[in-house]
Amino acid sequence: MRRVVITGLGATTPLGGDVASSWEALLQGKSGISTLEQDWVAKYELPVTFAGQAKVSADAILTPQEQKRLDPSSQFALISARQAWLDAGEPEVEPERLGVDFATGIGGVWTLLDAFETLKERGPRRVLPMTVPMLMPNGPAAAIGMALGARAGVRTAVSACASGNEAIANGYHRILSGEADVIIAGGAEAAIHPLPIAAFAAMHALSKRNDEPERASRPYDTDRDGFVMGEGAGSVVMETLESAQARGAQIYCEIVGSSVTSDAYHITAPDPEGAGAARAMISALEMAGVSISDVEHVNAHATSTPVGDIAEYTALKRVFGSHTEELIVSATKASTGHLLGGAGAVEAIFTILALKHQLAPGTINLENQDSEIPLNVPAKPHALSRKDAVAISNSFGFGGHNAVLAFRNI
Amino acid sequence: MALTEAEVLAGLAELVNDETGISADAVQMDKSFTDDLDIDSISMMTIVVNAEDKFGVKIPDEEVKNLITVADAVNFISSNQG
Repeated sequence: MRRVVITGLGATTPLGGDVASSWEALLQGKSGISTLEQDWVAKYELPVTFAGQAKVSADAILTPQEQKRLDPSSQFALISARQAWLDAGEPEVEPERLGVDFATGIGGVWTLLDAFETLKERGPRRVLPMTVPMLMPNGPAAAIGMALGARAGVRTAVSACASGNEAIANGYHRILSGEADVIIAGGAEAAIHPLPIAAFAAMHALSKRNDEPERASRPYDTDRDGFVMGEGAGSVVMETLESAQARGAQIYCEIVGSSVTSDAYHITAPDPEGAGAARAMISALEMAGVSISDVEHVNAHATSTPVGDIAEYTALKRVFGSHTEELIVSATKASTGHLLGGAGAVEAIFTILALKHQLAPGTINLENQDSEIPLNVPAKPHALSRKDAVAISNSFGFGGHNAVLAFRNI
Repeated sequence: MALTEAEVLAGLAELVNDETGISADAVQMDKSFTDDLDIDSISMMTIVVNAEDKFGVKIPDEEVKNLITVADAVNFISSNQG
């Protein structure tokens, strides 16, 4: 069986414009969440007035033409993919053997709604011809595929907040099956727009801690009151161990397992028994051929919603039993907010870096840990003791999607 | 007051540059939008929509296919300005 390794990382997040600055800010316990200064917040009297905006604007990086032709979600995707490709040393691969598996949860919502404003105010003649290619959810994957010349298939995973993990899992399987030799995978989101904010708020999913945005995303804390929207993207370059070694590439770690399951329980609520999430973790570990005691670190989905955090704990307990308390858990959405379709990708990167540096990031804002969630969640970065440690990263999404990735140091 | 031909050319060159990144200096009267400037159909339509706004003219869809060169566009705009 082929072995698949990670050789490149790229990201643009609320914590930083690249992987190094995002990781550094995460380790320093910074928050990427702040009050939104846009005039539409007051104009629409939004009940939530803060979010995790990308630390570095895409305008500062892309050409005016790229900005004009790409929805903000595709702009973030392209920025992160180019970084990952450079980080991987721009592998020489036949275009027919290079694929893209990318994700978005919501797609080109800015493009769609701006175009509708134009239609209403100025008529159909003024709707720009690029509107459809910009709003379509495969836009981010297509933009990356065009930029890097990928011809082994450019695919898009859409499974709400599990999308990023699902895309990486899909890419991993494509290398395993021999369909491609190198894959750029990840996810992007740019949905800090008044409509998604109003809609998520309408379902009481968002934190309303408007007076203290930096403290609003607080997974596992007794005072958590919902998630905080974030934006940005993450990308990883995956290839076979053989090809990485042959070209002398840096290897971050191996991806050893993945699993995608579904709850078929409720469109938005997690299964309180955590059965589907637990099955995803178990099958990812079975695929990896490791036992539960090999797992030392978990980057949890942990969005800071009252029910979601408990459901994930229940699932972890089902899988790990008495080993649960040995796990060093990081809930990095406390710092980044929830990047929706980009979350899995950014958290996979944090998981990969935790293994590389043998250091689990701390979790901020955990002041009074919920007694129903007795996990080991260090506030400060915490050393991982095993060089051959396995780490998993969980992502779950509206629709009952569960996607889990397992990584191991080589 | 109607713009001069040179002013229309300069304005059009600005729209082309804005949409495609092609240098405004390269947008000369004898250049073909597709063969010389390598402008694709979606960019062409975007330039047309923006030109309607900028010059206050209506460029019907059936007219766009006749705008082969920059001169064709400049002439059409100059003779149809409101």
